[in-house]
Amino acid sequence: MKIAVCIKRVADSETRVKIGADGKSLDEAGVKFILNPYDEFAVEEALQRKEKAGAGEAVVIALGPPQAQETIRTALAMGADRGVLLQTDEVPADGLETAKVLAAELKDGGYDLILFGKMAIDDYNHQVGPMVAELLGLPCVTTVAHLEIAGDSGTAEREIEGGVEVVEFPLPAVLTIEKGLNEPRYPALKGIMAAKKKPLDVKPVTPGGGCGGGRGGGRVEVVARVPPPERKEGRIVGEGAAAVPELIRLLREEAKVL
Amino acid sequence: MSGVLAVLEQRDGVLRKVSHEVVTGARRLADASGGAGTVDAVVLAAGPVRGTDALGGFGADKVITLTNGAFGTYAPEGCATAIAARATSGRYDAVVFTASATGKDLAPRVAAKLGVALAQDITDLAVEGGAVIVVHPVYAGKALLKLKLTGTPVVVSLRPNVFTPVQRPRAGAAETVAVEVSAGRVRVKQVKAAEAGALDVGEAPIVISGGRGLKEPANFKVLEALAASFGGRAAVGASRAVVDAGWRPHSAQVGQTGKTVSPTLYIAVGISGAIQHLAGMRTSKVIVAINKDKDAPIFKVADYGIVGDLFEIVPRLTEEIRKLHG
Ligand SMILES: Cc1cc2nc3c(=O)[nH]c(=O)nc-3n(C[C@H](O)[C@H](O)[C@H](O)COP(=O)(O)OP(=O)(O)OC[C@H]3O[C@@H](n4cnc5c(N)ncnc54)[C@H](O)[C@@H]3O)c2cc1C
Ligand SMILES: Nc1ncnc2c1ncn2[C@@H]1O[C@H](COP(=O)(O)O)[C@@H](O)[C@H]1O
Repeated sequence: MKIAVCIKRVADSETRVKIGADGKSLDEAGVKFILNPYDEFAVEEALQRKEKAGAGEAVVIALGPPQAQETIRTALAMGADRGVLLQTDEVPADGLETAKVLAAELKDGGYDLILFGKMAIDDYNHQVGPMVAELLGLPCVTTVAHLEIAGDSGTAEREIEGGVEVVEFPLPAVLTIEKGLNEPRYPALKGIMAAKKKPLDVKPVTPGGGCGGGRGGGRVEVVARVPPPERKEGRIVGEGAAAVPELIRLLREEAKVL
Repeated sequence: MSGVLAVLEQRDGVLRKVSHEVVTGARRLADASGGAGTVDAVVLAAGPVRGTDALGGFGADKVITLTNGAFGTYAPEGCATAIAARATSGRYDAVVFTASATGKDLAPRVAAKLGVALAQDITDLAVEGGAVIVVHPVYAGKALLKLKLTGTPVVVSLRPNVFTPVQRPRAGAAETVAVEVSAGRVRVKQVKAAEAGALDVGEAPIVISGGRGLKEPANFKVLEALAASFGGRAAVGASRAVVDAGWRPHSAQVGQTGKTVSPTLYIAVGISGAIQHLAGMRTSKVIVAINKDKDAPIFKVADYGIVGDLFEIVPRLTEEIRKLHG
């Protein structure tokens, strides 16, 4: 099995989010950068599939700044065989521009599976995987939470509103991975040492060919990045079951939601 | 905007309610900058779709049913081809989806086919100086991105429950066209339905979520009873702590690593209000918290709070809501 996983270096926004002085970017001072958590599931899946097949290659590909080498090394430490950094200073805000660069790299790779996270936790674009599939003319299943592969076809399950879709698809295919498909391994010390010697190919790229209005080319421009509106200070209606009638009254007369 | 295409959703031949929101959002775009724009609403199905006649009321000038035997269940490739073809032939300025499981899957395929930009899961949209401006929550809701989209058409998907349907009556003329596309290589073999009539937490107008304060899985029946008292409009959600413990399915998890919900009413029961939980529900219109700890962080975002034992408060609330609904 030859498997590619597209991975993104993202700000660990779990801890804190401070907006940059330009009002458009993230203030990166003190921010830790991590391998996008959904991509971690994708890397794990690639490793398990390869191990199961007993042969093959797991390749990780990132479009990003020079520092994304660290992200690639993390995936190599988990067990991926080699990495490719498509190096740019401007990661596009336009998902389609990212998809084009990744598709060009993946095109002649001869992969049986190309895996993505369901979304990147920094910009929540939620689009690059299926766009790459479209550009490459490959079948695609998104937000896969359960996966079985037999020979050259697969069955995936994806959650929809009020149920689960069971989807069949032929290989080669593009899949985007939902949390819960597997339990990602922690890189062991041995893996971390080995990762240092694994091949990491750096290729400079220019997304969007330098055209388009948005950062990194393309048709999406970040106009502003703002904190969410504060919720107005709420109030404690009362204590215990005795407060219920007053709550009902407020929900009806003040909030008007009942 | 001169022409906007609203992409609707149906299941088993019945229009899904989110479709009203899609038409509402599309109408808003069409009415921006002048107001002469038209909204065509398109639904893909195996045959006639029930519920489409209401769409004129929400602002659809025309409702087009594209039929194909393969559209009985979701056929991602066939649907993407049919919508992209329609978007091209109709020369629309914008194509509007709902950010449902299906919409989020379909929109990038269509945008890539058309070679245009996409913004998913948006919570606001406007036209400024001829460009479409959208708002899109990022970093688990800790910031909002305001994006300018250029090119024609722009493609967006709307976060469910945010674009409250409004009556803006138009003709709503109906048209049915049989389309010839192959279903594609990706096939939905089966849809394992959740309990009949169960609402999805991502779409329900009322969400009642339980956390570790419920003590054990069986106690969720207290929340189910409360949900039932709202007469089929409420869904039961959960914190990650109880999902990880296996008390509730992952599909019910609200928060950073679960679902983002924006219901009219969110009731958090026995949930402390960790930042990752807030990430998934802070855009709810009205938040109610029930917690025995008066210092629980959930009270900081709640519009109304009751301090005390949920096992006393929730049954009383259920009783009162039942009375209201007679
Ligand atoms: C990377 C990451 C992602 C995460 N993603 C999510 C996510 O998506 N969603 C999510 O919810 N969490 C998420 N979490 C977990 C989050 O940090 C909290 O641990 C979790 O939300 C706590 O769940 P809880 O409120 O049910 O439990 P607790 O924090 O244990 O709170 C239980 C509450 O119940 C109250 N209580 C107890 N008994 C009663 C009673 N009888 N009556 C009334 N009140 C009572 C207590 O006062 C307490 O406030 C994430 C964490 C991490 C690190
Ligand atoms: N810059 C990037 N480099 C490599 N992969 C990416 C990049 N951006 C997005 N992806 C992949 O696409 C998935 C979805 O990202 P997004 O559409 O941006 O939310 C991610 O989980 C990654 O697998």
